[in-house]
Amino acid sequence: MKKARSIIALLLVLVMALSLVGCATDTPEAETPEEPAEEPAEEPAEEPEEPAEEPAAEKRILNIWGWNEEFKDRFEAYYVDAGLLPDDVDVKFTIVPSTDNAYQNALDQALLDQENVSDDEKIDMFLLEADYALKYVDSEYTLDVINDVGLTEEDLAVQYKYTQEIVTDSNGVIKGTSWQATPGLFAYRRSIAEDVLGSDDPEVVQEALSTWDKFYEVAEQADAKGYKMLSGYDDAYRVFSNNMSGPWVDENKVINVDDSILAWIEQTKDFTDKGYTNKSRLWDDQWQSDQGPGAKVFGFFYSTWGINFTLLDNSLEDLEAEKAVGNGIYGDYGVVYGPQNYYWGGSWIAAAKGSDDLDLVKDIMLVLTTDKDTMLQITKDTQDFTNHEQAMTELAADDSYASDFLGGQNHIKLFVESAKGIDMSNISPYDQGMNEHIQTAFADYFNGNVDFDTALDNFYKAVIEIYPELKRPE
Amino acid sequence: MNTNTKNNRKSVSYKKWGYVFLLPFFIAYIIFSLIPLLSTFYYSFFENYMSGLTQIGPNFVGMNNYKEIVFGSDLPKYAFNTIFMWLLGFIPQLTIAMILAIWFTSLKIKLRWTGFFKTVIYMPNLIMAAAFAMLFWAVFSDIGPVNNMLAALGFKPISFLQNIAGTRGLVALMNFLMWFGNTTIILMAGIMGIDNSILEAAQIDGASTWRTFWDVTIPSIKPILVYVLITSLIGGIQMFDVPQILTNGSGSPNRTAMTMIMFLNKHLFSKNFGLAGALSVILFIITAILSLIIYSNLTEREPKVKQLSVKGGSK
Amino acid sequence: MTTADKLNKLFRYIVLGLLALLCLFSFYILIVNSTRTHPQIQKGFSFLPDKFFMRNLNNVLDNEQVPVLKGIRNSLFVAGATAGLATYFSAMTAFAIHTYEFRFKKLAFTFIMMIMMIPQQVSALGFIKWMAQMNLMDSLLPLYLPAIASPVVFYFMISYMQSNLPKAVIEASRMDGASEFRTFNQIVLPIMKPAIAVQAIFTFVGSWNNYFIPSLIIRSADKKTMPILVAQLRSADYMKFDMGQVYMLIFLAIIPIIVVYILLSKYIVRGVAVGSVKE
Repeated sequence: MKKARSIIALLLVLVMALSLVGCATDTPEAETPEEPAEEPAEEPAEEPEEPAEEPAAEKRILNIWGWNEEFKDRFEAYYVDAGLLPDDVDVKFTIVPSTDNAYQNALDQALLDQENVSDDEKIDMFLLEADYALKYVDSEYTLDVINDVGLTEEDLAVQYKYTQEIVTDSNGVIKGTSWQATPGLFAYRRSIAEDVLGSDDPEVVQEALSTWDKFYEVAEQADAKGYKMLSGYDDAYRVFSNNMSGPWVDENKVINVDDSILAWIEQTKDFTDKGYTNKSRLWDDQWQSDQGPGAKVFGFFYSTWGINFTLLDNSLEDLEAEKAVGNGIYGDYGVVYGPQNYYWGGSWIAAAKGSDDLDLVKDIMLVLTTDKDTMLQITKDTQDFTNHEQAMTELAADDSYASDFLGGQNHIKLFVESAKGIDMSNISPYDQGMNEHIQTAFADYFNGNVDFDTALDNFYKAVIEIYPELKRPE
Repeated sequence: MNTNTKNNRKSVSYKKWGYVFLLPFFIAYIIFSLIPLLSTFYYSFFENYMSGLTQIGPNFVGMNNYKEIVFGSDLPKYAFNTIFMWLLGFIPQLTIAMILAIWFTSLKIKLRWTGFFKTVIYMPNLIMAAAFAMLFWAVFSDIGPVNNMLAALGFKPISFLQNIAGTRGLVALMNFLMWFGNTTIILMAGIMGIDNSILEAAQIDGASTWRTFWDVTIPSIKPILVYVLITSLIGGIQMFDVPQILTNGSGSPNRTAMTMIMFLNKHLFSKNFGLAGALSVILFIITAILSLIIYSNLTEREPKVKQLSVKGGSK
Repeated sequence: MTTADKLNKLFRYIVLGLLALLCLFSFYILIVNSTRTHPQIQKGFSFLPDKFFMRNLNNVLDNEQVPVLKGIRNSLFVAGATAGLATYFSAMTAFAIHTYEFRFKKLAFTFIMMIMMIPQQVSALGFIKWMAQMNLMDSLLPLYLPAIASPVVFYFMISYMQSNLPKAVIEASRMDGASEFRTFNQIVLPIMKPAIAVQAIFTFVGSWNNYFIPSLIIRSADKKTMPILVAQLRSADYMKFDMGQVYMLIFLAIIPIIVVYILLSKYIVRGVAVGSVKE
């Protein structure tokens, strides 16, 4: 025991010593801690000590910012590996996690500093999510992809219109572009549909779920047979929030809780009280296990990206075994549009003001977000539903493209139809906070902790805390 | 202290060393804390935040930010939440730490394996609060082992994080687990510093264990107790990461697990220097008052600490 | 030994055993989850480990987005520097106030006790802004240099000195002709060893697990500390999101700190008694 302890101790000392030596050589100022504390105050104008390891050969640096590696993977597989990156360019990805808003905090700081840093440190392009895209799109820090970056309207015409609406500023200028479209749909359990509706045929199921009233009737029937219609509170949220009649905030900065949101609250409360759900929250353990073998939940509102990753993995009994029929409930899901069109998720690329590599940014945008062959290949390799309407339509018509997981359905066909109907003109820069806080505030209402007015009051409080410029409705 | 007079005479020549040794602390403090802090206080009188990427202000608004925090927000509720959850964890923390410290240091109670226990009780503090909260989430989720156990025993499952007592209880339990080992170690250090002859004398006098504890142990470790109380109070008032992660920053249900620092953190989202500054000043005042009360109450009859202030006062 | 004594002892072991179980439980789940795959973890809890430990380990080590070894190195450096600076300079500050008589002594003491009460988050916004102005963004310096001024550590040190550092010791050292600086380094610091060990652990752990400030300062992949990497892995995209890797990374992040802890913990317990010199 004692011996083992001292061996561990020795090892650790060794590791620490090595690491300290390593660090000390990297950052020599670390050795004399008192002095640098005073130094910056005296010479604040000095350049930050970039380790001058870069070879003196004039290599351009392309700076790309994001919160995860999704785009980086696409970029490397379909741009760098395709030999399209010029030899004199080094690409530097800066990944800041989105936890606690760290990504936006760091990005904001960097964008505001953009003018004061050298060309090699300037952000050239960065990634955005739909829920806060307008915050950047409506600022001067993003560039017009047509007039500034140099894409043409013909280039962009191949994309789904709604993906452009999300990054169009208040003057109608398109400020970003995406390689993917993420229409939503309703994934249902075929065996449960068979039991409840007497058929698992997507057309029959779609007919039975084509309006919210019919959806409600099916929930009643499912309940009678011992099934839950949905897993929890937030499942249907995106469907309602994408179909609002106006944006979350009006031109006077007054918050507007749309009728569509009120309908979601009413329906969810009703479902909860009647026991049509398992009271889960999105992504929690209950929600995930409701998608697997042994679960009794009729279906889930899901988006393109969720089907072949989250839902598929959750459906398996044995992860090591082959992903095929017979493993868990593989093959027991089907997909339909559901009651309303909507979308969920997606990432956009924006060009940053002050970028010194616009020619490169333009080329990347062209290849990854408008080039038919590249995008078709992405879909075939990764199941990502790419933002090229014609390519996707062709794939939809291809009968050989069917998903075993979905019981032989061609889900691309469904996505193509679903994507046509999405209307995102009511997006606002505040959607991230609104979506998050309305769900949190009303979870208390659904599970009976507070009444409706208190929940609404808590929602207003929460969003005004993070967006001080907003006002409650009179 | 009979050396005092000598010291005073001699100290003249050593005076400058007092300043020299204080220098690093104050230089570092001014550069890294005081300047940001003063700017925080300064901005508490301005309307100054980010609307998206647009800077609003700074516009001088006098005491408006203070008015808004004091009259327009639920600060009293968050203060109550904070203190309530702190006490819920701190009372068992101090009690158990005290008992363990006595067990571990007592010469009469010869426990074996104390090395192991001493090592283990501190370990929860080593895990990142975020990771710790994740684990608790899994254990207390609707389909977690605790609810499975309840179901097996014939009870109804409890959605811990959807009810007030459950959430507050979990926060307190996590704080307790993370900090009772720490407190035990500090109290042990204090108890081991007590002169054994005093304890022995008490025992020879036939004092019971209980009497010895109250009459000898407690007074002897008072400075350490004050330290534990004040640092724990400060830690309690600054309570943030456990409830933040456990409730995903919302303090739900119905904001009953929202602490004062979580409330402050909300204003960091919009870089709201004005409101955050005002809230900071108010928080500082609350902490200072509470600490002063504890400090003066507990040090009244404590000669050593008093001696320090007397010496200081006499220059 | 009477039966009552035996029962008493048994009771104590039971209490200690339960507490130890409670403390080790989280570590146990952590280790169990690091042997399971993402969907397994998401779909529910298990008391039994599975067989995917090596797979998760390899996934984490192969994941070039989370440079684990660099992260551990950065964290070790920052936490080590923080612990070193905080304990050394706090002892020095406490020594100054404990030993010398000077005009602003009481003021300095009161000032430090006051600033101890200010929550760190209060000045976070100003701190970030100020660091940007000083060109210290994306540097490790702002993560450890502020530790020179650690009021809480100072408070512990001065409490400890009050009971364990008699002035006679300093007098004796002066008689031997030692300079004040030497007296501090060679006479006082050794006496303070137990206090330094205790506070070194506390500050090391605190710095090791700190996410808030580093996440706002650090950007480059090769300067990231462990908590940033954990957060980054948790916000991975849907195709890469893997709780198995998250738990594995947390597991890896805990090993060095446990070793440091076990190393220092014996000092605390043993040293406290030895270090206390009675007046």
